[in-house]
Amino acid sequence: MIKLRIKNEMHTPQGKEWLDLDLSIAKGEFITLFGQSGAGKTTFLRILAGLTQPQEGFIEVDGEIWFDSQKRINLPIQQRKTGFIFQENCLFPHMTVRENLEYACADKKEQGSIEEWIVAMGLKGLEGQKPDKISGGQKQRVALIRALISRPKILLLDEPLSDLDMNARLKLQDEIIRVYQKTRITTVLVSHDLAEVFRLSKKVFVIERGKITKSGSPSEVFVNNDLSGKFKFTGEIIEIQKDGVLNILTLSIGNNITKVVASDEEMSGLTIGSRVIVAAKAFNPIILKA
Amino acid sequence: MHYDLQPLILTFQLAVVVTAILFVLGLPLAYWIAFSQNRFKYVVESLVSMPLVLPPTVIGFYLLITFSPQYFLGHFLQSYLGIRVVFSFTGLVIGSVLFSLPFMVNPIKAGLQNFPMSLMEASYVLGKSPWETLRRVILPNIKPALLTGIVMAFAHTIGEFGVVLMIGGNIPGQTRLASIAIYNEVEALNYDTAGLYALILVLISFFTLLIFYYLNRKTVKIF
Repeated sequence: MIKLRIKNEMHTPQGKEWLDLDLSIAKGEFITLFGQSGAGKTTFLRILAGLTQPQEGFIEVDGEIWFDSQKRINLPIQQRKTGFIFQENCLFPHMTVRENLEYACADKKEQGSIEEWIVAMGLKGLEGQKPDKISGGQKQRVALIRALISRPKILLLDEPLSDLDMNARLKLQDEIIRVYQKTRITTVLVSHDLAEVFRLSKKVFVIERGKITKSGSPSEVFVNNDLSGKFKFTGEIIEIQKDGVLNILTLSIGNNITKVVASDEEMSGLTIGSRVIVAAKAFNPIILKA
Repeated sequence: MHYDLQPLILTFQLAVVVTAILFVLGLPLAYWIAFSQNRFKYVVESLVSMPLVLPPTVIGFYLLITFSPQYFLGHFLQSYLGIRVVFSFTGLVIGSVLFSLPFMVNPIKAGLQNFPMSLMEASYVLGKSPWETLRRVILPNIKPALLTGIVMAFAHTIGEFGVVLMIGGNIPGQTRLASIAIYNEVEALNYDTAGLYALILVLISFFTLLIFYYLNRKTVKIF
């Protein structure tokens, strides 16, 4: 169980904002933090790991106090036992894959499990390679093992998939799901990709300008429930064309680009970059064998 | 033509001792300057780089005064500990360490400052102490900067003249370094001997730098 209440000043391009969070995460839960860049997601992970010290607040993990500004308690990073996967790849460039993993091990017993992990993650044959000789997806898999090998209390994932192409991303999502189901480790994923949020987590916190604005299951949070649509997709507007009385929106949904028609009424409040739900109702689709 | 290898051997001994001391001293100093949040670090940083801008004679003069037996520190060292600093090898070492300090500290500092913070943080998150992180993650990745510091400090000590003349004087076998011997021979109009010493110094310096740049060819130059 993680209980957390923190306040920290953030400097954003829009000026000063307060990161002001109060939340709890049950043991073994997989949650995502969803929000635009600069919303405070990464800062939240850094504060939890001990890499950034908040101005005030309180963090308790499994009954152990990690941070308390009033009592001046600040457990050092090294003692917090978190597994952290950074956005940019952070494998040590002078070490091979195996050496990177060995570095993370606290004892011989953990070192003994390296082989098992390497095989399970499909990295067999790459143990002797330096990080610059393997692909982005392979690097993040090594980083995932490195973060997990000494059995941390929490796994913190800071957009670990953002630099990967779609295939590698889906593959790594599978790995993350598999590892989570096996270990049931409390996991916090930071993401700004809706598909990822839906796929990976049961609970999402939406964070905007340092504050949590919504929380719940991904469909509760992102899908407007008064709409009884048969098909629902979430996408982003990438172009708006005005054509007579109608507007033609070009949307990016998942990996596809599609055009839909919208009335002026529907258009209110929408701009390029807005996230929208496209739902179709009251028609029967044609289904063809693919 | 008479010549004596003593000044060259002495120069080489001094350069080795000074470089070794500077490495041990320079690494923690560079680490502190690179990562400290202390606002006085700029004072320390400026002091370290002073030898780059001051005439060597200024530093030599202050050292001479500080360690002269007529004044407190020199008197204390000589009468209670039996250490004579001025006009001795010890004096040469102290003077050269101070004077070559920026040549060791600045490249290492630059190497540390350019080292990605995220890799240090990754190591801390894995439970490793700052010391272990320095030893196993940072140092292996900043070898070019370390090598630059070592070579520059070494080469600069070989080439030193002003400071060592001020504090060391010109005692054969004790403080007469190659650079001083050249000056000495020129004053005595022994141009052949001076020329030989000069040529040897040129060759040593050239090949030291040549080997250094060759080893460092794949990395970004700091100097």
